[in-house]
Amino acid sequence: MSEQTPPTLATAGSVPPDPDRPTPVDRGGAPGTAVGPTQPPPSGLRRFLHGAAGRNIGLVIALVLVCVVGFATAGERFASVDNLMTILRFAAVIGVLSIGMTFVITGGGIDLSVGSVLGLASVWASTLATQTMAGDIHWIVMVGTALAVGTVCGLVNGVLIAYGRVVAFIATLAMMVGARGLAEMIANRQTQLVTVDPFLDFFRADLLGISVLVWIFAAVAVAGWVLLNRTTFGRRTLAVGGNPEAARLAGIKVKRHTMYLYAIAGLTAGIAAVMMLARTTAGSSTHGQYYELDAIAAVVVGGTLLAGGRGTIVGTVFGVLIFATLANVFTQNNLSISAQAVARGVIIVAAVLLQQRLAARHRST
Amino acid sequence: MVNDVQNVPGSPGAQPGAPILTMRGIVKHFPGAKALDGVDLEVLPGEVHCLLGQNGAGKSTLIKVLAGAHRPDSGTITWRGEPFEVTTPVAALRAGIATMYQELDVVDGLTVTENVDLGHELASAGFTQRRAARARTAELLARLGHAEIPPGREVGRLSAAGKQVVSMARALSHDARLIVMDEPSAVLDSEEVANLFRVVRDLTAAGVAVVYISHRLDEIREVGDRITVLKDGRTVATGLAVDKTPTADLIRLMTGRTVEHAFPERPGVPAGADRRLVVADLSLRGVFEDVSLTVRSGEVVGLAGLVGSGRSEILETIYGARRATSGSVEVAGRRLRAGSVSAAVGAGIGLAPEERKSQGLLLDEPVYRNITLSTFGRFARGPMLDEQAERTAAREQITALDLRPHDPDRTARTLSGGNQQKAMLARWLVHGCDVLLLDEPTRGVDVGARAEIYGLVRALADRGAAVVVVSSEIEEVLGLSDEVLVISEGRVVHRCPAEQIDEHGVLDLVMEGSAA
Ligand SMILES: Nc1ncnc2c1ncn2[C@@H]1O[C@H](COP(=O)(O)OP(=O)(O)OP(=O)(O)O)[C@@H](O)[C@H]1O
Ligand SMILES: [Mg+2]
Repeated sequence: MSEQTPPTLATAGSVPPDPDRPTPVDRGGAPGTAVGPTQPPPSGLRRFLHGAAGRNIGLVIALVLVCVVGFATAGERFASVDNLMTILRFAAVIGVLSIGMTFVITGGGIDLSVGSVLGLASVWASTLATQTMAGDIHWIVMVGTALAVGTVCGLVNGVLIAYGRVVAFIATLAMMVGARGLAEMIANRQTQLVTVDPFLDFFRADLLGISVLVWIFAAVAVAGWVLLNRTTFGRRTLAVGGNPEAARLAGIKVKRHTMYLYAIAGLTAGIAAVMMLARTTAGSSTHGQYYELDAIAAVVVGGTLLAGGRGTIVGTVFGVLIFATLANVFTQNNLSISAQAVARGVIIVAAVLLQQRLAARHRST
Repeated sequence: MVNDVQNVPGSPGAQPGAPILTMRGIVKHFPGAKALDGVDLEVLPGEVHCLLGQNGAGKSTLIKVLAGAHRPDSGTITWRGEPFEVTTPVAALRAGIATMYQELDVVDGLTVTENVDLGHELASAGFTQRRAARARTAELLARLGHAEIPPGREVGRLSAAGKQVVSMARALSHDARLIVMDEPSAVLDSEEVANLFRVVRDLTAAGVAVVYISHRLDEIREVGDRITVLKDGRTVATGLAVDKTPTADLIRLMTGRTVEHAFPERPGVPAGADRRLVVADLSLRGVFEDVSLTVRSGEVVGLAGLVGSGRSEILETIYGARRATSGSVEVAGRRLRAGSVSAAVGAGIGLAPEERKSQGLLLDEPVYRNITLSTFGRFARGPMLDEQAERTAAREQITALDLRPHDPDRTARTLSGGNQQKAMLARWLVHGCDVLLLDEPTRGVDVGARAEIYGLVRALADRGAAVVVVSSEIEEVLGLSDEVLVISEGRVVHRCPAEQIDEHGVLDLVMEGSAA
């Protein structure tokens, strides 16, 4: 493995030192979802604050603050182009997972299994059999395997939740445990080195000086943004998450849609597995451990409502970047992994508290 | 709380001149909306004070200010002779002001008793006294004429009317000096309303003042003493005596114009009209049985009956939102798959459900998205949304229904109750249905808009739609429909042309039906 194996990347840091995080800025507007202004604000400044800039201003400030702290404590080591690329490469894997997670959470669900599914897909795509076939035919076989494994796992989640009426938390918890176990069985707890060089050459390359992995993240984020904000699929997602009964009575196929949402999460886990294979040059049953929590934290901090009905891809991207940068700052300052873990716990609690306050504010109006 | 303070000596009502509550110059602005712009209200002890006004006039906002749910921007409140600052809902309750909100505010996951006691549980040393609490709740329910509701039942399993009763019981449980009721009758049928009025009279006889909000003027005639009229966030008339103010005057004060409160003409269904909706022997086990009805193109069929008789369930089953245990539904000769809403919508059926908040609206989404919830796919180009086209279509309906404010981008949550109802109706108008199922289409809708909705329903039928209407107002069912089915305890007990029966006739049938 040529690259440093991240302990757990994007493992959040301490509470971001910004007072006004994501959404409190606007009450009426759905962060990142509404296309037009949700209320006609009187003055130009108000309009600005209610608009896209206002929605994400807290996140921008948080990101800037983290960078300032990084520069102050680690100086040039932090503020180098190399380090920036490292942060982005780390952010990319969690980032792709988080885009899928944004859909599930916006649709009123939760997916605890994406990290394990990532691990399983990475193992399945790097077995001797798959790699031999990939060597004979094309490296795309590995990619196809990973995506298929991820999507099928997502579909199983989706079917259980939508049609089997298993609570999302439980169904995906079972998948989280089961997929991890299956990955261990397949890999026999061994690290499976990737030997298909064209695969590594492709994914470890740079394009315009930026890693292909980062480009993949960007592409997934843009696709996710379009899907959520500009398509009928996205509208259905908001409706299903906001009021499933109303959606059903309006003729939307709520169950089928719910199933699709988990399939999307599974698909992103498959994509993330490919990226992980490339970055670490190996498949392992330990890949992706706790990533589901990092993804959920990034999504929630980004301003997507845990209760569903509101989602923001832009916010999620910011959430991912903030956490990745924080983790990097900690590493630069040689903070122990345990301390990082404590910090991650704190930040998740903070995010949930924020969510509850927002929800309470909503109910009171 | 009940013991009188010094400035109201003797028995309550002994000083009819001294108001128990005075609100002056109340102003409340929301971002983008002036809900209240200087409202005055004066309530005497032991009176029923009616608050009238169009949808969005500010009635609910005013009582939320009084209940401590909103802080006013300015204005003064005098309560029992002393300046009173309501900072929180708890402060209002402590002072003896209890409120029943327009939107049901019960917690579905808790039992009836837990809901009634919410926030003021009977407790000793930290342990709730469940038995005593239950007994007290049972007593309150009996007082409301609903001894049959078990105090231990989970509220989520009650009907809308049942929930309203629980909400009433909660307000009564506070020993209040003033009870505010925001459109309590909207979900109740005539029988329930009679019960409610009996309770109101008991309360006023005991010196409790009641602020009563309703769009039904006949109720106000029956139970009210004095009236305050709001229009666009201002008081336009106050202290009108109910028995000395003609209805026409009230309507003019509210709307600024005269409205014909008449039902539209019934042109009669042409002989050759096709049978658009045919429901045969439809049953839902334990709820209703063997319901058959035929609605021809251009016909309006009304279902009359008490709350709980299964009317809403019949509509929901026709629509596929509940899976029928037997029977069939055909639209234009094609049989629908049972229990499939999308099959029903695909066949051109639309349902405006009874519970707009829980079944109808995406509260955090803009109005136009609520209006196009069943049609956004149609406006889309391929998978891509066309929100401009959606806005345009929504704006048309907003104008047609006079949904206020005229702003398709307003969040649905911030609309007044009646305007939310209009958004629900607009959804199916945009959709353009062959078969329209309307459950309480004018619930919470003001007089002016009501007439417009009646006209619209009739116009839809004239253009060939088949319409089924359920309403708790028998007058509305009779006035709007061509044919009426009387439902009692899940059975059709009578069917006849609407002209051949009156309100008493329907009630008698319902009583007989439930006695049998
Ligand atoms: N939270 C809010 N944010 C913004 N505007 C609001 C909010 N609540 C109410 N409004 C606006 O204030 C005005 C008054 O609303 P209110 O609910 O008091 O009307 P109402 O008289 O009770 O009407 P209805 O008869 O339909 O219940 C409306 O224009 C409404 O859109
Ligand atoms: Mg109201």
